[in-house]
Amino acid sequence: MTSTLQRTPEEIRDRHAENLGHKVGSGVFNPRQLLTSFPDALRKFDPRHQLRNPVMVVVWVGSLLVTVFAVTDPSVFTIAVTLWLWGTVLFANLAEAVAEGRGKAQADSLRKTKKDAVARRLTEDGSEERVPGTDLRIGDLVVVEAGEVIPGDGDVVEGIATVDESAITGESAPVIRESGGDRCAVTGGTTVLSDRVVVKITTKPGESFVDRMIALVEGAERQKTPNEIALTILLSTLTIIFMLAVVALQPFAIFSGGEQSVIVLTALLVCLIPTTIGALLSAIGIAGMDRLVQRNVLATSGKAVEAAGDIDTLLLDKTGTITWGNRRATEFIAANGTDERRLAEAVRLSSLADGTPEGRSIIELCVEKYGLSAEPADAEKAGEFVPFTAQTRMSGIDLNGRSIRKGAASGFTTSDEVRGIVDRISEDGGTPLVVAENDEVLGVIRLSDVVKPGMKKRFAELRAMGIRTVMVTGDNPLTAKAIAAEAGVDDFLAEAKPEDKMALIRKEQEGGRLVAMTGDGTNDAPALAQSDVGVAMNTGTSAAKEAGNMVDLDSDPTKLIEIVEIGKQLLITRGALTTFSVANDLAKYFAILPAMFAAIYPALDKLNIMHLATPQSAILSAVIFNALIIVALIPLALKGVRYRPSSASALLRRNLLIYGLGGIVTPFAGIWLIDLLVRLIPGIG
Amino acid sequence: MSPLVAGLLQVGILITALAVVYRPFGDYMARVFRSEKHSKLELAIYRFGRIDPNSEQKWSTYAYGVLGFSFVGIVLLYVLQRIQSVLPFNFERGNVPEGMAFNTAISFVTNTNWQSYVPEAVMGHTVQMVGLTVQNFVSAAVGLAVAVALIRGFVRHQTDRLGNFWVDLVRGTIRILLPIAFVAAIVLIALGVTMSIKSGVDVDGQAIANAPVASQEAIKELGTNGGGVLNANSAHPFENPNEWSNLFEIFLLLAIPVALTRTFGQLVGEKKQGYVLLSVMGGLWAAMLAVIWGAEASGLRPLEGKELRFDVAGSAIFANSTTGTSTGAVNSLHDSYTGLGGGGALLNMLFGEMTPGGVGTGIYSILVMAIIAMFLAGLMVGRTPEYLGKKLGRKEVTAAAVSILAMPTVLLIGAGIAAILPSTQGALNNSGSHGLSEILYAYASASNNNGSAFAGITVTNDWFQSSLGLCMLFGRFLPIIAVLALAGSLAAQKKVPVTAGTLPTTGPLFASLLTGAIVLVAALTFVPALALGPIAEALL
Repeated sequence: MTSTLQRTPEEIRDRHAENLGHKVGSGVFNPRQLLTSFPDALRKFDPRHQLRNPVMVVVWVGSLLVTVFAVTDPSVFTIAVTLWLWGTVLFANLAEAVAEGRGKAQADSLRKTKKDAVARRLTEDGSEERVPGTDLRIGDLVVVEAGEVIPGDGDVVEGIATVDESAITGESAPVIRESGGDRCAVTGGTTVLSDRVVVKITTKPGESFVDRMIALVEGAERQKTPNEIALTILLSTLTIIFMLAVVALQPFAIFSGGEQSVIVLTALLVCLIPTTIGALLSAIGIAGMDRLVQRNVLATSGKAVEAAGDIDTLLLDKTGTITWGNRRATEFIAANGTDERRLAEAVRLSSLADGTPEGRSIIELCVEKYGLSAEPADAEKAGEFVPFTAQTRMSGIDLNGRSIRKGAASGFTTSDEVRGIVDRISEDGGTPLVVAENDEVLGVIRLSDVVKPGMKKRFAELRAMGIRTVMVTGDNPLTAKAIAAEAGVDDFLAEAKPEDKMALIRKEQEGGRLVAMTGDGTNDAPALAQSDVGVAMNTGTSAAKEAGNMVDLDSDPTKLIEIVEIGKQLLITRGALTTFSVANDLAKYFAILPAMFAAIYPALDKLNIMHLATPQSAILSAVIFNALIIVALIPLALKGVRYRPSSASALLRRNLLIYGLGGIVTPFAGIWLIDLLVRLIPGIG
Repeated sequence: MSPLVAGLLQVGILITALAVVYRPFGDYMARVFRSEKHSKLELAIYRFGRIDPNSEQKWSTYAYGVLGFSFVGIVLLYVLQRIQSVLPFNFERGNVPEGMAFNTAISFVTNTNWQSYVPEAVMGHTVQMVGLTVQNFVSAAVGLAVAVALIRGFVRHQTDRLGNFWVDLVRGTIRILLPIAFVAAIVLIALGVTMSIKSGVDVDGQAIANAPVASQEAIKELGTNGGGVLNANSAHPFENPNEWSNLFEIFLLLAIPVALTRTFGQLVGEKKQGYVLLSVMGGLWAAMLAVIWGAEASGLRPLEGKELRFDVAGSAIFANSTTGTSTGAVNSLHDSYTGLGGGGALLNMLFGEMTPGGVGTGIYSILVMAIIAMFLAGLMVGRTPEYLGKKLGRKEVTAAAVSILAMPTVLLIGAGIAAILPSTQGALNNSGSHGLSEILYAYASASNNNGSAFAGITVTNDWFQSSLGLCMLFGRFLPIIAVLALAGSLAAQKKVPVTAGTLPTTGPLFASLLTGAIVLVAALTFVPALALGPIAEALL
């Protein structure tokens, strides 16, 4: 587990791309998906399905209406318009089907892991019985041994084992699960690699983690999120307004002596109502959830994802999030008259075979500061590594009669000078490691908390987004303050107990702020439940996972920042495409109104600024543009509008420019281009 | 002095005068609605009405108050007109016919003041003073009350109380409208507006109708009512004798809607929030003035339908202000305007009356539009949309949507039916695009509670009397109910703190966003209809 904490956010992202590459196309839209999703898209013509989307149901009914007229009064124009109107519905279906299809692929691969394991249930008298995994109930105790699949979600209550969780997390390195403490939760469908554990089942069959994950990625339980509902109301309002405008247009046209056909009026209506966003809305929602899953985060609801975009305050644990989880060597302090170089050489030798993160960090310092080699020379390979034990509290190497040891000061006989150094390091919040050769103390290694590179920049970005970061740590206030200043967080909570965390969350929420946090321990559970976005680490306890509304399978606390960005991106994509959709209408008016009425008021032809060939070609071009723009925007809907952390005003200005102004200009060009082709069709041009 | 310079001078004087009263007047209104004290007169009224002035109402109770009060007003006004023959000072003007009485009752209670009658031939002084003028005051005060309730929705949090409708109504009438109207009436008399209890004057053997004009003229403009006591309205020399009275009347009709932005800023505790709304209102007002004035000045017959004493500029400023404030008083014949000029006046109404809009209605309409604009903007910055510290969710968007939908719905249904009724052809002076403009203008005027007449259309048949009456009724009260529901759901919310992530709503970005939303909503809704009316006319 600790290995994950060692990586930078960038590395973690890259790794997900690798791990998940075989599961889903990671964020990139592949045109082939349009073809493979085609059957699903056809199924969605079912009117019951269409009813879920007030904008598209109008297009559906309109298409049906023009079909009747196209059949009774066929012409190239009426048939072409009818086909393209149905095409509009098809493209909307396709957008949704493609988004769902990506989830389905992922669900299928998850399902494969959900083998119907046979459980070895412990009966009350202590004997074992073999039952199907689906028969397990909450509270059952099961035995799992090396090579066996864990039959259900639960907590280890006895023993310690290494577990392969790659089926769920995509992470191939095994993890350790042991009874007691915060590393006891195991997930059904994962495989025990070594040893034997007894697991207490904590979920009912069918409600396990994998089941929930499958339901989630398939979108089976997808409910509209609050903002999505509000947006749907706005889109319905626009649809009603345009229906009124188009329906009332007929009497005005009759009054003016230019009655219009139902086909033309329907074409106008479909072009005006916000079909672009209406068609892509659910795809955006599904894709947003999908983006989270691709980053190995499971959200229990879309609502939580939206809430992530609204977060005002982020509570971040210091250790593992802001600083490396492990302390790193930052300084070698020679003592007792030892030459600093000699100390460094001794230290290097003692740590060459030390695989712990601290050991590696010592070697790195030797290389960087003293130019020593990170690799053992041939002569040095003969050395015998003495590993750290709880009894000796030191580790080291024995080589050619030299016995080098490093460890806690208490294991050595120390001079006043060395004790002084040791005390000073402790006071600064660091950890001193005393180094001795053949019982002669050479000096002290300072291990200290090191802020991960790039954190300061990330916190600055968060600040620009309006998010306040609070570092939570068990350190004393002095140390906490030093690290908080170094990392650039806005505030810190020192000597924090779980209650303090809870109190802080409540205080923020009373001020109307939304709070996000990560946590893994059972004592984090109340705070996770209280926070608006609580991300539980997959390594954490079942209680923590139950309390939060998201689970991070990588157990990477820095991912909270990405989650916030995904939440924002989801909303931005909806807003941007709505703006684009509405802005498109201007060009459509310029295309269709002169086409409809230039016959009765020739002056209106002045509005035909695109110089569309004929009324038929103008109307058909607008309808075709309106349909094709849906397909053209599917990749954007799936990928999400690009989000760069910046102030709200800057974001709005940028998006208004791209999607507002762009939305006005694009259809002029698009309709004009389509007309150049459409006018070649006999009976249209 | 060239007409252009004279016109600009008038605009300059007008803006200066508005700027002078803006702060004191706006702050005064804020104090009126925030004050905890009741005057003796007010207490007497509350005792008489058995109202506890210190109890506050939920949004629904507040709405029942508005609707009940207005319904009773309509009934009383209707009855008063129907029994005119037995009332004093009727000058032998008989009972008002049913359709006309129905239309007029709704018209004055909804602050529309659409007049399907010739005042000096139909209404006696009693109906005029006890009925119509009373409504001129209280219908404006109702608009103020609703606006204040909505503002309280933003200001308050975690409460279901929006204030007391009766208290707001009484204060708006007694502390704001009455005293200012009193002073304004005296100024108008000084400027030459007539004031007489007699039915007319005899000029060289010719009977010229007269009335207590000045007192009613004052509230006609101040309350953005617009219903004149004389048929020619503010084009009549008794109502509007010269350029100075003209300018003063324009000032009066703009005064409250403009100053309310200051009141708003005061009440929400951030004056900039009010200034930005004023800048949007003022920007659109100025742009539309340029359109109307420019179109009229360059028209073929610039002075057709206009009073020589006001010239093109004085007429255009009046026309732009009266259609932008839902007042509906006129000093020229809008029907005679060019396609573009008349279309501009029509568009002013189609904006939904918020440039700067009527008394109270202007500010609550623009706030509703701001909610829609901020909803989209909020999504575009990746946060649950909020405005003035309140989140814009399902309830808020629904209420705003209903409020915005009401006007186009009744307008387009009414005008659509009217366009194909055979009887309509006989009621119009013109056919073709100008004829359609006349129909659209009538329904826009009614649905937006403006009341100005394009004229050129005879609206006395039963269809017009009843359909325009219903347009006024729904165009007024559907948005009011939605706005009060909106206020209720806003007040119930917690206040969202302002953070660096909050989208500021005081700068030019917000102003352009809001302007864009107002123009876009009106354009998208009405361009098809306008294409066959004013646009076709203007492009000819």
